[in-house]
Amino acid sequence: MSHAVAFTAKDFESDQEVRWCPGCGDYSILAQMKKVLPTLGLAPEQIVFVSGIGCSSRFPYYLNTYGMHSIHGRAPAVATGLKLTRPELSVWVITGDGDGLSIGGNHLIHALRRNLDINILLFNNQIYGLTKGQYSPTSPTGQITRSTPYGSLDAPLNPLTLALGAEASFVARSVDVWPKHLADTLSRAAAHRGTSFVEIYQNCNIYNDGAFSWATDKKIKDEHVLELEHGKPMVFGAARDRGIVLDGLTPRVVSLGEGIGEDAVLVHDAHRDDPTLAFALSRMRHPAFPEPFGVLRAVERPVYEARAGAQMASARAAAHAPSLDKLFASGDTWEVA
Amino acid sequence: MAIATAGAPAAQVRTRERLESVTVRFAGDSGDGMQLAGTQLTNTSALSGNDVATFPDFPAEIRAPRGTLAGVSGFQVHFAARDILTPGDQVDTLVAMNPAALKQSLKELKPGGTLIVDVDAFDAKGLKLARYEHSPLDDDSLDGYQLVRAPITALTRKAVEDAGLGKKLSERCRNFFAMGLVYWIYGRSLEPTLRFIERRFGKDPAVAQADTLALNAGWNFGETTEALERCYHVPAARLAPGRYRNLTGNQALAYGLITAAQRSGKTLFYGSYPITPASDILHELSRHKAFGVHTFQAEDEIAAITSAIGAAYGGAMAVTASAGPGIALKGEALGLAVMLELPLLVLNVQRGGPSTGLPTKVEQSDLLQAMFGRSGEAPLPVLAASGPGDCFEVVQEAWRLAVRLMTPVVVLSDAYVANGAEPWRIPEPGDLAPIAVDHPGASDGTQPFHPYARDALLARPWALPGTPGLAHRVGGLEKQDITGDVSYDPDNHEHMVGVRARKIANAVRLIPEQSVDGPADGALLVLSWGGSYGPAAEAVRRARGAGLDVAHCQLRYLNPMPANLGSLLKRYRKVLIPELNTGQLRMLVRARYLVDAIGLNKVQGRPFSADEVLARIFELSDEGTDA
Repeated sequence: MSHAVAFTAKDFESDQEVRWCPGCGDYSILAQMKKVLPTLGLAPEQIVFVSGIGCSSRFPYYLNTYGMHSIHGRAPAVATGLKLTRPELSVWVITGDGDGLSIGGNHLIHALRRNLDINILLFNNQIYGLTKGQYSPTSPTGQITRSTPYGSLDAPLNPLTLALGAEASFVARSVDVWPKHLADTLSRAAAHRGTSFVEIYQNCNIYNDGAFSWATDKKIKDEHVLELEHGKPMVFGAARDRGIVLDGLTPRVVSLGEGIGEDAVLVHDAHRDDPTLAFALSRMRHPAFPEPFGVLRAVERPVYEARAGAQMASARAAAHAPSLDKLFASGDTWEVA
Repeated sequence: MAIATAGAPAAQVRTRERLESVTVRFAGDSGDGMQLAGTQLTNTSALSGNDVATFPDFPAEIRAPRGTLAGVSGFQVHFAARDILTPGDQVDTLVAMNPAALKQSLKELKPGGTLIVDVDAFDAKGLKLARYEHSPLDDDSLDGYQLVRAPITALTRKAVEDAGLGKKLSERCRNFFAMGLVYWIYGRSLEPTLRFIERRFGKDPAVAQADTLALNAGWNFGETTEALERCYHVPAARLAPGRYRNLTGNQALAYGLITAAQRSGKTLFYGSYPITPASDILHELSRHKAFGVHTFQAEDEIAAITSAIGAAYGGAMAVTASAGPGIALKGEALGLAVMLELPLLVLNVQRGGPSTGLPTKVEQSDLLQAMFGRSGEAPLPVLAASGPGDCFEVVQEAWRLAVRLMTPVVVLSDAYVANGAEPWRIPEPGDLAPIAVDHPGASDGTQPFHPYARDALLARPWALPGTPGLAHRVGGLEKQDITGDVSYDPDNHEHMVGVRARKIANAVRLIPEQSVDGPADGALLVLSWGGSYGPAAEAVRRARGAGLDVAHCQLRYLNPMPANLGSLLKRYRKVLIPELNTGQLRMLVRARYLVDAIGLNKVQGRPFSADEVLARIFELSDEGTDA
C-alpha cells in the first residue's frame, strides 16, 4: 500500500524514554528498524509490534505504532489471533532467546508451521538479561552464569535449525551492529509473504559482553563470517580465498586456488524447496565453520490467514445468505400454539 | 395376537395409561449407542410436545474394555406433560444392555419400575466382567421390579437379517431395538427417528435398512410380549407459545456467541484447545464459518487465550473456553486481559477436579478460581448459566458487560449443563437488539491519544489498530492512569488497582436487581447458582406444594452480585446454598454479607436430585419448628 505522505524515521519514534542499558545491542536494532519502517509504504497505524517479556520485549514501547507488550513467551500466539482477524495489518513479533525458545518455544514452532504473514525477530544474546544474568537456551554448554557457577549443563538450541525443523518459510540471521546488513535483512523479512524468522545476534554488554565479538570485531570478522547471497558462491575471508563445498551432505571449508576455483564452490540457493541445504548451513557454527549470515531460506508456502479467509468465503458462498433464523431452525423444530 | 403397525398409535391394541412424567435411562456399553438412543428419545418426546430434560452420563474412556463396569455409558431422559427442571430423580424404566449396565444403574430405578434387560448379554463372560457371582436374573434380587427379559441381541440379529450386514454389524443395531421397545411402552412416534436414520445413514442403505428393521422389531416386541402389562401416554406439556427445538448447553453457548457477534457487528474469534467437556463448543462453532466465525485450535490453552487477546486488541469479539485445568493454564493471560482492559469472554465448562479429576462428570468447584485465580488484584465479572437454554442468554449478557466495561468476563457452565438438552424457544429476530460497541475514530494527531482515559463507568476506549492518530502501546506493566504510559509510581499503582476494582463494581449499574421465586421474606431461602438451578427450583416447588415457607433465588451474576442481594438474604431466617463443591458460594456470601448461610454440598460427579435438596429443606424446616 503506498501513501501520499512519505514517512520518516521520526514518524515511527514514540515519546517514551528508551530504558535499555547504555551500550546494549538493542539500540542499534531499534535504529535500523526505524530506518526500515518508513520504506515499507505503510502508515504507523498499519503496523503492530507484539512482544513477550525480557529486555528485547520492551521494543514496542519505543515505536510510534500500535503495540502490545504481552506476557512471557506468548507473543507469537497474540500475533496469530491479531493477524488472523486483521490480515491487512503488518504484524511484527519481537522476542529473545529466553522468551522465544524457552518459555515460549511451543508458540514459536507452531507460529512457524502455520506460516501467517508475520515477522518474528529473535534477539539472541545467549543470556537472560532482564532477570540479571542466568544462562539461556542458547548459552553454550559450560557457560558460567549466576545460575550456573559451575558451568551450564544444557546443550544449547540452534534457533535456525529449530525454525527450519518447524517448517519456517523464511529463515535469516543478522547482527545488531551490522547496520546495512541488518536493515537489508529486516526489509527482506518484511517483503516475504509468510512467517519470517530472523535471528539477530545481539550483544548484552552487562551479562554476556563480547559473545559475538568474532562476528563484530572488524579485524577478525571476515575469517569467521559467511555472508550468504542467493545465487552467489559461498566464498569468505578477507582475501575471499576460502569457500564452502559439499562433501556428501556435509559442508566443508576449502582454500581457493591451486585447482579449486569459485566455480567449484557451493552456490547459495535460498529458494530451494528442499530444506536440506538450509539445514546444513544452519549447522555451520563458529568456531568450526564460518557462520552463515543473511537469508538461509525463503520459499513460498500457503499463508494461514489467506487460507482461513478462503475457507470462510467458500462457506459463505455455500450458505446462501446465512441468518440466525436459519441457524436456530436447523434440525427438528416444533410449534407450541 | 395382533401385531400393530409399528409407529402407529397402539391405543386400539391396549389402552394407554396417562402419565404426567416419565424418566427413562438407557444403560449399556460405551459402544452400544446409548447416547444416540437417549438423544433420539429426547427429540421424539420434545417433538410430541413434552418438556424434556436429559442427563448424559458417560465414562472418560472412549472405549473402556467391552462389558466392564468402567465402560458403562448411560443416558437419562425425563419427559413430561408439564414443565420440568431436572432429568428426573428416579428412573421409571431402565434399559440394561448388559450385566455391567444393570449393576451400575439399578440403584437409579424406582421400586416397581420397569427393568428391560438383554438376556442374551447375561452369559458367563458378561456376568464375570460385571463381577456378578451368579446371574441376578436367576435369583430374587430383581423381584421388586417389573422385569422384562428381552432377547434383544438374538431378536435384533434375526430382524435385520435381510439387510445382509453380517453378525457384528447386525448386533450394532441393538440400540434401535431397545429404542423401538421403549417407544412402544410410551407411545412415541417412530417418525422422527426414521427421519434421523435416513439423514445419518442414508448413504449406507444396508445400515439404514437394518436400523429401521431393528427399530420396528423393538416396537413389535413391545406389542406382542406379555411381560409388559401396561403401556403409557404422556400428553404434551403446556409450554409458552412459540417455535421450539432441542438444544444442549454447549450448543446454546455456541449459538449465543454467534448471536452476540451479530448483535454487536463483530467478527467472532474463538481460540480453543480441545478439552472435555468444552470441546463441543469448538466443534459447533467450527461449522459456522459462514457467519464469519474464526475458530482457532491453538497449540495449548495459553495460546488459546493469548490468541484471543490478540484478536480482541484488533477489535474482534474474542472468546476462549476450557474446563478447570485449562482455565488454570490461562490464568496469567487472563490477568493480562484485566491489565489491558480489553473485552474477552472466558467460558469454563466445569468438571470434577482438582487436576484431571473427573473429566466427564459435573462439579461446580471452579467458582473461586473464576473469582480469584489470578495474580494480584484482578477482579472481573463472573456469570453462571442455570441450564442449557440459559447458556444462550448468559454469553450474550457477558459480552454486553465485556464491551461496556472493557473487561474480560468469565462465564461458568458445567458438564451437566453442557451435555444436557432441553426444549428451547427459538427467539424472534426482534428479540435480538443490537449490542452497542464504540471505537474512537481517527485523530489528526494534534492532541495526544489517551488509551487509559475513562468514561462514567470507568471503561477505557477501545481504539483499534489501523485508526490514524491513535497508535498506542498496551502491556502487562502497570500504567499511568489516563496516558497508559508504563508507571512504577506507588500512588499510581494503588490508584489503578482501585480504578480497576471500581470499574468491575460498576457492573451492578448494568445488571438487574436479584429476583426471588416465592415469598419475599420468611423462614428459608434456597440460593442456588449455575446448573444446580433445576434441582433447587424443583425442590422448592415441591416444598411449597407441601406447605413449607420457602423461597428460591437463582444467582446469575456472581461478581459483582446484584445490589439488592445483601438486603434480600437478610429477609429470611435461614439461607440454604446447594452447590456441587464444598461451599464456595457460601464462603463468598458469608464473607460479603455476614449471612450465616447453610451449605448443601456434594462432590460425587453427579448433579443434585431434587429429592436431595428437598430432604434438606424439610430438615431445616423441622429444626425451625423445634426451635
